[in-house]
Amino acid sequence: MTRKLLQGNEACVEAAIAAGVRFFAGYPITPATEIAEGMARDLPKVGGIFIQMEDEIGSIAACIGASVAGAKALTASSGPGISLMLENIGFAVISETPVVIVNVMRGGPSTGLPTFPAQMDVMQARWGSHGDYPIVAFAPSSVRETYELTVKAINTAEMLRNPVFLLSDAMVGHMREAISLPEPEELELFERRRPEPDEVDFAPHRGSQDGFEIPLMARFGDGFRFHVDSNVHDDYGFPATENNPMADRLIHRLNNKVKAHADELILVDEDQLEDADIAIFAYGSSARSAMEAVEIARRRGLKVGLLKAKTLWPFPENYVEKWTRRVKAWVVPEMNLGQMVREVSLVVKGRVPVYPLNRVDGLLIEPHQILSLIETQVLSLA
Amino acid sequence: MPKTHTADLLDQYFLKERLPTIWCPGCGLGTANGAILRGFEAAGIDQDKTVLVNGIGCSGRTAAYLDFDVLKGTHGRAIAFATGIKLYRPELNVIVMAGDGDTLAIGGNHFIHAARRNVDIKVILFNNFIYGMTGGQVSPTTPAGAKASTAPEGYNERAFDACKLAEAAGASFVARATSYHVQLLSKVVRDALTHTGFALIEILAQCPQQYGRWNKSGDAFEMLMWEKENTVRVEQARNMLPENLAGKFVIGELVRH
Repeated sequence: MTRKLLQGNEACVEAAIAAGVRFFAGYPITPATEIAEGMARDLPKVGGIFIQMEDEIGSIAACIGASVAGAKALTASSGPGISLMLENIGFAVISETPVVIVNVMRGGPSTGLPTFPAQMDVMQARWGSHGDYPIVAFAPSSVRETYELTVKAINTAEMLRNPVFLLSDAMVGHMREAISLPEPEELELFERRRPEPDEVDFAPHRGSQDGFEIPLMARFGDGFRFHVDSNVHDDYGFPATENNPMADRLIHRLNNKVKAHADELILVDEDQLEDADIAIFAYGSSARSAMEAVEIARRRGLKVGLLKAKTLWPFPENYVEKWTRRVKAWVVPEMNLGQMVREVSLVVKGRVPVYPLNRVDGLLIEPHQILSLIETQVLSLA
Repeated sequence: MPKTHTADLLDQYFLKERLPTIWCPGCGLGTANGAILRGFEAAGIDQDKTVLVNGIGCSGRTAAYLDFDVLKGTHGRAIAFATGIKLYRPELNVIVMAGDGDTLAIGGNHFIHAARRNVDIKVILFNNFIYGMTGGQVSPTTPAGAKASTAPEGYNERAFDACKLAEAAGASFVARATSYHVQLLSKVVRDALTHTGFALIEILAQCPQQYGRWNKSGDAFEMLMWEKENTVRVEQARNMLPENLAGKFVIGELVRH
């Protein structure tokens, strides 16, 4: 076990390479650039490929191409660049190509607040590309979690054959913390399931309709001569754009993949919720503030607990449901104008009040803001 | 011995159960595809080690009927997908087959940067001067004055010369042929495949249904005759005055270094 003082972005690089990423294509952008720089420095040492592309559209396209050719591939950017990648994220979904997209979130819209953190892209990650599609997104709140969730994101992309987001932010990406890096043999890695070399009826999109069984994935150049198509396609990858039942079947199967595997994808930390009257739902850097707020509240004798979501998509609705039955109110601090609070409210269905706490000036939500909300508004009603 | 008979090429390279193609009667893409496959055959490429990357539109189906590893991606991004494939698996032949809109409009940035990098992919650009599948809109190669559904009174912009663009951007192999000059086309495809570095092959191919209808260019035969009469072999062009080359397309191997 090696102990290192790392930036969140550096931890992402270390984790990606340890988890087997061997292809990175990207484009410079604050506050994600350190990931590209780290990849440029370290990937060639392990026989991997780094390329700085002409834009983010090309970056994710090159990653998808490399993935179809057999690579574990990752790209990293921030809001403006992610906006450019969205069309090809849909292509990765329909072609069932594993790829990891790291979004080190900064303030938007447009070029917004380049050097300040935000959590404004959580709905973009879910819904930004067109069409109905499945997505997975993890949100680290520390350097250690950046390492762990980068590995988890890569494993998940390979397992599901689907794009996966790591939603970091400028605070988590740039902060430095000492973490213990696991030895390579300690990491549990998922390797893409390939067809046997003598498979005679290989169908790159033949999976179970319930989404549980993920289709096998061959590599280009291994003799299977398979087609990968952006249109609605049959199990063999050939376009089926006039076959409505086929379209229905494909869209449902793709979306079922995440549903069928939701239990293994959803990661949360439950902190002091057992006896809590008030539960905070938080993620990313806002969860750091929430942790501190819980500590202070407990010292003041207030029964406050924290549900920290490390997985945002699929949404951890079972956990919100479980604690809604026990608490008297939810507080949802986010560095946006209220995005995940909608998901919380959808589960709560009005049974207890849900208090959003929002900040969009590029500064962190501070623990005292959460406490103040609890003491002045929540307690009187809860 | 390389196969030259159409029936043999069909057996070797086509997914015959996928035929017929979606292309209109008189389209130049089928003829061009046949000549390209003869070029593959002459170069002796390994079918299992060759990846075809299609764009979108009519020419985005040129690989759909072929028995290779094929990626048909999003509009304009074929070269970027191909770059990722080639960088990760340099032992594979990676060939992009895309149209003028895909390569020079929405994908223009990837085109010039792939040429600048001299990445070892081959780009076969089918230039029919128009967006065919969406119903006949102008493209970056539509000649000034030509008509289209989005320029019903005639196009008032200038056209790209894809070959000059590629050369200026750093492509190390550039050639042009047409759906009329099929033997030349097979030859330049063969030569591009044996060249290391970024290669562009531009193919002028007739679109009687869209371009021809808007511009009263006649049927496929007349459009092929236009290709014959408005092209000049590069060897001949070297001895011609610029004014005599105006409006003509120079065909053959234009750049190799």
